[in-house]
Amino acid sequence: MEIKLKLNGRAITGYVEASTLLIDFLRDQGCHSVKRGCETANCGLCTVLMDGTPILSCSVLAARAAGHSIQTLEGLQEEAAEFVGFIADQGADQCGFCNPGFVMNTIALLRENPDPTDDEIRAYLAGNLCRCSGYDGQLRGIRGFLDSRKK
Amino acid sequence: MMNIQSYVRPRSLEEAYALNQNRRSRIIGGMLWLKMGRGTVSTAIDLCDLGLNTIEQSEDEFSIGAMVTLRQLELHPDLNAYTQGALAQSVKDIVGVQFRNLATAGGSIWGRFGFSDVLTQFLAMDTWVELYKGGVLPLEQFARQKPDSDILVRLIVKKTPGVFRYQSMRNQRTDFPVLTCAVSRLDGQYRAVIGARPHRAVIVRDEEGLLSGGISDSSARAFADYAARTVATGSNLRAGADYRTHLVRVLTRRGILELGGTDHGN
Repeated sequence: MEIKLKLNGRAITGYVEASTLLIDFLRDQGCHSVKRGCETANCGLCTVLMDGTPILSCSVLAARAAGHSIQTLEGLQEEAAEFVGFIADQGADQCGFCNPGFVMNTIALLRENPDPTDDEIRAYLAGNLCRCSGYDGQLRGIRGFLDSRKK
Repeated sequence: MMNIQSYVRPRSLEEAYALNQNRRSRIIGGMLWLKMGRGTVSTAIDLCDLGLNTIEQSEDEFSIGAMVTLRQLELHPDLNAYTQGALAQSVKDIVGVQFRNLATAGGSIWGRFGFSDVLTQFLAMDTWVELYKGGVLPLEQFARQKPDSDILVRLIVKKTPGVFRYQSMRNQRTDFPVLTCAVSRLDGQYRAVIGARPHRAVIVRDEEGLLSGGISDSSARAFADYAARTVATGSNLRAGADYRTHLVRVLTRRGILELGGTDHGN
């Protein structure tokens, strides 16, 4: 079936099977920042924004994205660049596999709540799993970025 | 994952209902649980174009469309003012924000899942379900029925004066709950709802009048003991039946004591 949607600001037309998941469609479109992880909707690796809202692309049919705007990290480099250096400075990028999902959900968090508390950051990012770190590095990085904005 | 042969966005509930009469069709809500299944679905019926993704309210009730997400429930100021935050509390540990942006109220209630935080909390409120063909019926009755080929259109929550508290026990945050416990006092009537037993949530009412003299340490303990005697629990890989029964007693007592705060007319 044919679907039309906006991907990273660009109108595209794609052809998908009814079973095709959004993650597979996006990777076929060259958006390789969207990672396949647990496939049980628990790890957050596949996070993308649909109409600005963070969702799990492993759990949405590509057909449902028709008529919507999808953003992946490929389209949000500039917005992400503001804070990812702070995360890297904490050594919290580690193996890097979970980073795109973390960054996408952090973008969503900061759009929704520009000045979150540490507890609000933890709660918002609870659906992003990292097997390398203890999560404190990511938290310190985001806190460092938020503090730097206040100076 | 299951194999889906065709995908349809119906333009009306009648069209959706007609498609759903085929035994191999499935209504898709958030699709989070559905996608874990195997087998073949002839038609995936997506209700996303039917305007069922809003929460409306009148003086007497909230009307929650079946496609409203758990995140909408979590953030709705009036629903959470009415429940003193208990509704947000009930969904906040369900995986993560991205998950709750997909999972729907309708899917959670329709599934009548044993592990459901959502079913537990809604049973503590004066909740009714509206089915396309089956009409409006109490959630408690609906929760006992087996799924059929009807369509859940919306949840109706009456604004019956009440006080609510929600607790769950989890081995790890964002995991399935080991036990869920919602307590409420609706129009002066107490109830405790126990879910993740690990079976479907059930309502315990104060049929022995244990709380009729008001809430105190001893009356809360007596009602909690009654709940622990009354509610059947079972074992699965997350916890054993004895531990769950212990949790029924502890969470019910704590919840009832919280209801008894002096701010709430006790």
